[in-house]
Parts: sequence; structure tokens; C-alpha cells
Amino acid sequence: MFYREAGDFKTSYVDDSQTFPIRFDRWRYYAILAVAFGAAPLLINDYWANAVFVPFLIYAIAAIGLNILTGYCGQVSLGTGGFMAVGAYACYKLMTAFPEVSILIHVLLAGGITAGVGVLFGLPSLRIKGFYLAVATLAAQFFLVWLFNKVPWFYNYSASGQISAPERTILGHAVTGANTTASAKYFFCLVILFALAWLARNLTRGTVGRKWMAIRDMDIAAEIIGVNPLTTKLSAFAISSFYIGVAGALFFAVYLGAAEVGEAFGIQKSFLILFMIIIGGLGSIFGSFAGAAFMVLLPVLLKNVLVGQLGWATDLAAHVELMIVGALIVIFLIAEPHGLNQLWRLAKEKLRLWPFPH
Amino acid sequence: MSDQILFAMEVTLNGLMAGVMYSLVALGFVLIFKASGIFNYAQGVLALFAALTLVGFQNGQVPFAHLINAIFGTNLHHFGWHLPAVVAIILTAAVMVLLAMIVEKFVLQHLVNQAPIILFMATIGLAYFLEGLGDIMWGADIKKLDVGLPQGANEAFEAVTDSVFGFGLYIDNLDIVATVVAALLVLSLTLFSQYTKYGRALRAVADDHQAALSVGISLRFIWVLVWSIAGIVALVAGIMWGSKSGVQFSLSLIALKALPVLMLGGFTSIPGAIVGGLIIGMGEKLFEFFAGPLIGGATENWFAYVLALLFLVFRPQGLFGEKIIERV
Amino acid sequence: MRKTMTALALAMATATPAMAELVVPNLSYRTGPFAAGGIPYADGFNDYFTLLNERDGGIGGEKVATPECETAYNTEKGVECYEATKGSGALVYNPLSTGITYQLIPKVTADNIPLYTPGYGRTSAANGKVFSNVFNYPANYWDAASVAIKYLLDENGGDLEGKKIALVYHNSAYGKEPIPTLSALAAKHGFELVEIPVDSPGQEQKSQWLQIRRDKPDYVLMWGWGVMNAVAIQEAANIRFPMENFIGVWWSGSENDVLPAGDGANGYKSLAMHGTGMDYPVYADLKQYVYDAGKSSGAGDQVGSVLYSRGMYAALVISEAIRKAQELSGHAAINAAELRDGFEALEITEARMAELGLPNFGQPFASSCEDHGGPGAAMIQQWDASAKTWSLITGFIAPDDEVLTPLVMGDSAAFAAENNIAERCN
Repeated sequence: MFYREAGDFKTSYVDDSQTFPIRFDRWRYYAILAVAFGAAPLLINDYWANAVFVPFLIYAIAAIGLNILTGYCGQVSLGTGGFMAVGAYACYKLMTAFPEVSILIHVLLAGGITAGVGVLFGLPSLRIKGFYLAVATLAAQFFLVWLFNKVPWFYNYSASGQISAPERTILGHAVTGANTTASAKYFFCLVILFALAWLARNLTRGTVGRKWMAIRDMDIAAEIIGVNPLTTKLSAFAISSFYIGVAGALFFAVYLGAAEVGEAFGIQKSFLILFMIIIGGLGSIFGSFAGAAFMVLLPVLLKNVLVGQLGWATDLAAHVELMIVGALIVIFLIAEPHGLNQLWRLAKEKLRLWPFPH
Repeated sequence: MSDQILFAMEVTLNGLMAGVMYSLVALGFVLIFKASGIFNYAQGVLALFAALTLVGFQNGQVPFAHLINAIFGTNLHHFGWHLPAVVAIILTAAVMVLLAMIVEKFVLQHLVNQAPIILFMATIGLAYFLEGLGDIMWGADIKKLDVGLPQGANEAFEAVTDSVFGFGLYIDNLDIVATVVAALLVLSLTLFSQYTKYGRALRAVADDHQAALSVGISLRFIWVLVWSIAGIVALVAGIMWGSKSGVQFSLSLIALKALPVLMLGGFTSIPGAIVGGLIIGMGEKLFEFFAGPLIGGATENWFAYVLALLFLVFRPQGLFGEKIIERV
Repeated sequence: MRKTMTALALAMATATPAMAELVVPNLSYRTGPFAAGGIPYADGFNDYFTLLNERDGGIGGEKVATPECETAYNTEKGVECYEATKGSGALVYNPLSTGITYQLIPKVTADNIPLYTPGYGRTSAANGKVFSNVFNYPANYWDAASVAIKYLLDENGGDLEGKKIALVYHNSAYGKEPIPTLSALAAKHGFELVEIPVDSPGQEQKSQWLQIRRDKPDYVLMWGWGVMNAVAIQEAANIRFPMENFIGVWWSGSENDVLPAGDGANGYKSLAMHGTGMDYPVYADLKQYVYDAGKSSGAGDQVGSVLYSRGMYAALVISEAIRKAQELSGHAAINAAELRDGFEALEITEARMAELGLPNFGQPFASSCEDHGGPGAAMIQQWDASAKTWSLITGFIAPDDEVLTPLVMGDSAAFAAENNIAERCN
């Protein structure tokens, strides 16, 4: 009834090609933004920020990044954890070397450095495809983790090899370090996520995105119609790694505050983010958000219900939680292999006709 | 002979043996990938699950004891019997077959014709599930697995090499057993797939699903069969690895050791899994032994992958993999 | 959709446990790769507080609640647990993970909650001038390294000149902790240190042990955790490395580590910062009030093991600190800041340990504003594979503070500089 194209006249091409062509969608989008930027920072407390929102926002950035590579360009990567580590360590080195420069610039530079590393490890993708490539990216994962663990320069020669983020401020508010307020953390991550998601959405709609998709769908055919596989694949690796690097920098500096590479950026992280984009939907920005929300919220929710509400022993709850997460993943894939995004799309299709389906 | 050469020989030998252990895990991957195109990430967890079940049977543990106790307030732990290893192994194999049927019924059957990455994810979901299930059934503490396999240095070999080179080379008895078992396993798998009706059906399915279906081969049966075999291979891997380190969660991580082996050998080749294992095992041990101390050690994890990556750059389908032919 | 969202919000809002009088969260791990170590520790920790509640009606008349939160040895889950339990008036944290400890140090300092990390965590936190809220008495990693070397000095008539000592370590923050100390000690005593890292989890260590076989070190020290310990001991037995020359830190010295290797592990030594086994009067009370009453934590099958004893010891120190804080503040329902003061003023004497039913179990120590680290002495225990017991073969050996103090000062000063912390206690 409200969700319809009828009566929504477009008089210019710009209007026609906007991201949300349906008026209701647009308003919904503005409303969500208003809540996210306006209301949430006032209401948020430490628990919600640290257990739910900040990890969600950061994982969403990483998921968008991986989705660019895997969902849009079709190159499966299991090196996400390693690239996040690059972002984190780059950010740490920059933060400690140039304390007077704004943390925002450090985070973006960390993304840039990760992009460079990503291109380097993306080179084999020109020869290797499919699962072979996925396993090959594990080489990046393990090598990078080893490197950050082994070379003391990366962790400023501290005794244990842990890195911890000193306090840095933006406009007088601490955004890293122990004295950061919940809303500052949240807001900082939200702003970056918003900017990057907006950028990703528009990249994927334009020439670059179309080239990626051409390569994904059939690389030989794409090559024949004039898409250069070298630049296309490497640009996907670069941009994807930029996102992942930014996510890694935020993950370390804002969320954890201290990190140890093997533990915080291990192979588990690579799998987790791959889960997010598959559950959410490959090749979709919304899917990245939905998948990140699903994988962050579900364990916390299950734990709270099983331990907090039902009073189970923590180990039983943890085991059952594993089983439920596993079963849900399988059920999801069976019910909707194209992820949450597809469910959302179907719902919108239905809604367009509702309440008069004929 | 100089010491360095002797050490190199010893490391090479041990690397080859370690490679056999990797191959045991890789074999399970290959079997399933060949027959159904599924990259079964759960293979490592299958090994853990099998080993846990085996120890549980052997020691007469009550499955789900913790859960039952929590719900009913009882205090169950053990049935109070100790099964002989052989009986426990047969029972565990039966459980693995049952598991294969359940997996086929509830997972695979519903995912026919999906993209490979979806199937891959489904197996990761399965891995999570089995991990939780294994823990909840048998408990998360470390367990000693003892099916009577010998452990420790092989003295006969040491004595022989000592008399030849003046330096006794070290080989672990368990590794020797693993090598023999792996050889038998590959031999029986080869015989099975070459000379039995089901083996032929298996190969037909591996070649072409649709053609196999059209000549009346039941795909579902083949899947159950191949997952059962993979389960039993996982059991063997679980026994070998578990005897070494005890049975606990980390056992499932041996899957990560098998991945470079697969890359190198090709996802579809059983000899590839063996040869790949040998190359990876030898390569990473030699590198760690000689280059490790120079660059700080603990290189094995990434070196295996880098080695495989280098191979792939020259042969993108692995050593023995089928050539990928692409048409527009 | 909205329904699920409301349900979700409800579930989360009510997640925090009901307010108890004294909340001591137990950030445990009963799942994941290190579960085998986490389970006995958590059980010992819980059981001791259950004993206090059942026998004495709590501490100073206040019952103690130990809400458990599963971290799976994972730092992110550790943060989640910290935030989830913080709101319920948590008094002290004891996460049994060096990684989580590093993460929590700035957070607890900002929130003014004490963090108690006996025998693990950040060693330089022993310097109370910089780390106001962290306590790691009675002993830490660097003490352990020094004690091990001292023991070897004793074995060798005070001279380690020209000896070769290998350190097999878990390739993580935890495993790397002793390296600076051992390097300093190597320079002082003239032995050669060979560092051999093992990547987590350490399921496969063949090349490391072949390296040891080649290099033939006189002694091997181990900083391992989880499956790495069991595999290392097995491999050492396989290459027939003399077990009595193989010494693990106290985290590499539990039953879990030696049992899988069977007879091969006989003679293996490890450090011990407390006694073990069930020959202590406290077990009579535990049996009466906890085990027989069906109130034991977990499956109840870990009683008396090394890590169970350690969990119990941690609980004991915390309960004593609570008592001290109650005494200082004059009321029973203390808060976290008061408990921090209690930790800082804590003194545990041998007489007090005996009174608590654990005579000759741990070393006496006293804390002060500057010193959060305690004396740092440790014993050596040896495994007897036929009897399946650990037996203590030395008394408490004091560490070499001459070497350690400058290291602690240096590392904490670096931390203070990086984080703009002004020294206290002046």
C-alpha cells in the first residue's frame, strides 16, 4: 500500500538511477540513518556498545570489503584475518610513530597500506581460480600472522608481542584507549561505516563494479568483451583490502584496545567474515550488514538466553550454542542459499503488491 | 658422512612420515570432493568426532552424561566397562556410517545442484554442529587414546642406520604404523573403486552425475557410501593423531594441515593426496629445520601454503588434478 | 520480525544476573582448544567459594556469587563477558588468559576494578606504581624463568657456563613473556639460550624436537599451554630426551599434560607455585560441605588436580582480599574500589594458610602500593608415572630479583610512557 512505485514520477535520469527508487524505501533509509546517528548514541551503554554494536559496525565494514572481492568479483578469499591484522598493525605503528596526527587519518592510511598488501597477495588470482585460490589466500593469512608475531619492529619491541592502543582523541573526545565512552566508539565506527558503505554501493553500481561482475560471471567472456582481468581483479583486491584494513584498524584500536595477532586475527576470523557474507548474501551491500548482524548477534543472544534466562551451565550452553549456530547455517543454506538479502528482496516484492496481490 | 647430511636425511625421513599423517586427513577431502564436488571442511571435525566416540566407547562413557545430569539431576559418568580396542573401532565405524546417512538425509539431499561455495559453507555449518555435538556427548576434557599402537623411537632402525652411517636415525614407531595403514588404505580404496560394483558406480558418479543417474545409479546411495568411507578414513586419521596428542578440540584443526596438501596434489586425485602430503611434509620440515632458526622459527604453518602456492602458479590445477578446461 | 526484535531486546536487557552481595565473576573456558586447562581451574575456583558460602555463610556474612561466563580463551568473548558482568557489581576479574588480561588492563584501570592474575598475565604489572589495578602475586612468568634457572644452577653447583638451554614456547604473548628474562640470565650466567617457538595449538612438533635432538641442549624449558604440552612431552619421550632435564612452567605441569604420554613422561619436572594433591585439611571441609552435598562445580571429577588446586588458590587469595577490604572499609558489602585497596594491603602468612586448611600450600606474601608481584618463589615438582602423582622435590626457591627488578621497571616504564600514566606511591 505504502510500498509502491505508482505515483512516484521521475523526471530526470539522476532520479531514475538513484539507489532507492521507491519513495518508501528512501524514507525508511533516512529514518534508519536518523535513529543510528541521532538517537542511538544517546541511549547506548557500555554493554550494548562493546558486546553488540561496535563489533557489528566493524564486522559490517569487513564484510562489505570481502563481499566486494568475493561477492562482486568472484574471488574467494580466506585471507581476511591476515589483512585485518595488516590494518591493525599499520594503525598501531602510525599511532605510536605520529601521535599528533588524527586517528581518523591513521585508520584510513592503515586501509591504504592493507590495499597494497592485498594487491600483492592478489597476484596469484590471475593464475589460480576457485577453491585453489581460496586455499592459496590462506598462505597470506598464515604468513602475515607469523610475520607480525615474529618481527619485533611491528609491536615496538614489547616483551610479549602484544600491541595496545594508546588514547587518541577526535575533537576532544577520546575514541581509543580505556577512557572512551560507549557513544564515542559507536559514533566513530558508524561514521566510517556509513561513508564506506555509501562508497561501496556507488562503486558497485558504476563501471568498476560492472567490470567486477563481468569477471565474476565468466572471466573469459569478460576478457573477450574488453575487460582487463589484471586491473579488474587487482582493483577488487585493492579496494576490498582497503575496507578490510580499515576494519582491522578499528577492531584493534577502538574495539579491543589490545590485540595479539594469532588470537585476534587468526584463521577463525577469515571464516567468520566469509560466513557473514554468505549468510547475508553474496554481491549485496545490505547482505553484508545482515550477515554481520546475524553472526554477531546470534551467539550473544543464544548465550544470554541459555545462560542468563534458562540458567544452564556455561559449558553446556556453549556447546549447544555451537550446535545451534551450525544447524542454523545449514538450515539457512537449505532454505535460502542466496542469503538474507534474497529473503529481504522477496519480502519487498511481496510488499509491493500487498494488500492486493492481483 | 657429514653431520648436516645425516640431519637432513633424518629430517627428510621424518618429514615424509609427517606427510603421510597429513595425507590421511587429505584423503577424506579428496574422496568427497571427487564424488560430489563438495569441499568438505568438516573432515577435521569428523576425525575429532570419530576419535572422541572411539575413546568414549572404549572407556564406557555415557554419551550426553553431562546434559542428562544437568537435566535430570542424576550422576551418570561411566557404564563401568572397558571395550577392547577392536570392538570399539568397529562400533565407531558404525557410528560414522550412521552419521553419513544422517548428513545425507538432512543436509546434502536438500542442497543438490547448489553452487560449490554454498556446499562448502554447509560443511562449515556441519563442522560447528559436530564440534558442539562431540563436546556435549563426550565432554571437552583431554582424553588419552590408546588402541595399542606402538610409540617412540624405532630401535631396530636406529641400530641399523647406526651401523651403516655411524649415526642412528630417528623414526617414530607410530609414524611407521601410520605409513603402513595409509598404504593399506590407499590399496583397499583402489581395489574397491576398480574391482567392485559400487566402486565402479562411485567412479561413474565422479565422472558425471547426470550420466550416472541416467544409467540407474542411485546418487543418494553413493553419497552415503562416500561419506561413510570418508568417515572411516577420518576415524583412522583420528586414531593416528589422537594417539600422539590425546583427544581434544585441537584435533579438529588438523584439517588446516591437509589443505596445502590438497592444493598441491589436486582436489580430485588420491595419489595426489599421498604425493602432495609427502612433498608438503618433507618441505615444511626441512625448511623449519634449516631456515627456521635463522628467521625465527614456527614457519611450518605458512611455509606449507607458500610451497603449495608456488606449485599452483605453475600448475593451477595441482600436481595430479584434472586439467580445467574452460569454454565461453 | 518486530516480535523477534522485541524478544531479542528483552533477552539482552535481562541478561545481567540478579544482584548478589559479593559478585566475583568467573571468566572461565570450558570449551575450545584450551578447555582441558580451563575446566579444572574454574571448578576449583567455584568450589572454594561454595565452601565459604556453605560453611561460613560467605565472607563477613555476605554470600559470594560466582557467575560464570564462557570465554573459550577468546579475547572478544572475554570483552563481552567483562562488559556483561561489569554491570552487576563485579568486584574482581581473573580471566586465566594472558590475552584477555592484556585487554582488560586498561579497562579495569578506567573502571577501577581490580584484576587478579596469579602466575599469568602481564609480568611487569608487578610494579604497582604503574599498574594500579593489577595484581599478580604470588609469582609471575619472569619469576618462573628465574626460579627454573636458579634450580638448574643448584643442580650444576652454581655454574651454567657453556651449558645450552632450549626454550620451547607457545608462539604467543604468553609464550614470549620469559624470553627477555632468560636472555638477561643467559648473559649473566653464561649459558646459551636456544629459542624454539611452537605455533598454537602445537599439535605437530616434529621438527622442533628433531632440532632439539640435533642441538642436544643440556636442558629444555617449556612455556606451553593446552595440547602443546602433551605433544611436547610425548615427543621428548620419543626422542629419549632425559625427562629430568625437561622443566615446564607451572602452566605446563598438570595431569592433562603428562597422562597422554604414559610411562614416557616419568621424571618430567615442572614449576609449582603451590602444593597439589589432596593431603590438606581443607579437603575434609570441601568433601563435607561441597562434594557430598552435591554442590560441586562441573562434573566434579577434577578434585585435587594441579589446576584445580590453582583455581582454589586464586579463589582463596581473592577471598582473603575481600576480608581485608571489609576490615579496611568497616562494612561487609564492599565495592570494587574498596577491594582494590584490600588487594593492595593484603598479607597472607603461613599461619593464615594453615588456619585456612592449606598448610605449606603456598608461600607467604605481603602486598604494598609499589609491589603487586609478591616474592615470586616457586617449587619444582616431578611426575611419577607409575603412581600418577606429582611430588614436590624442592622447597620454595626465590627468584633472582637483581635481574628481574630492572626488567620489570623497564617494561612498566615503557607502558607508562606510551599511555601517559603518572607513577603512584610517591
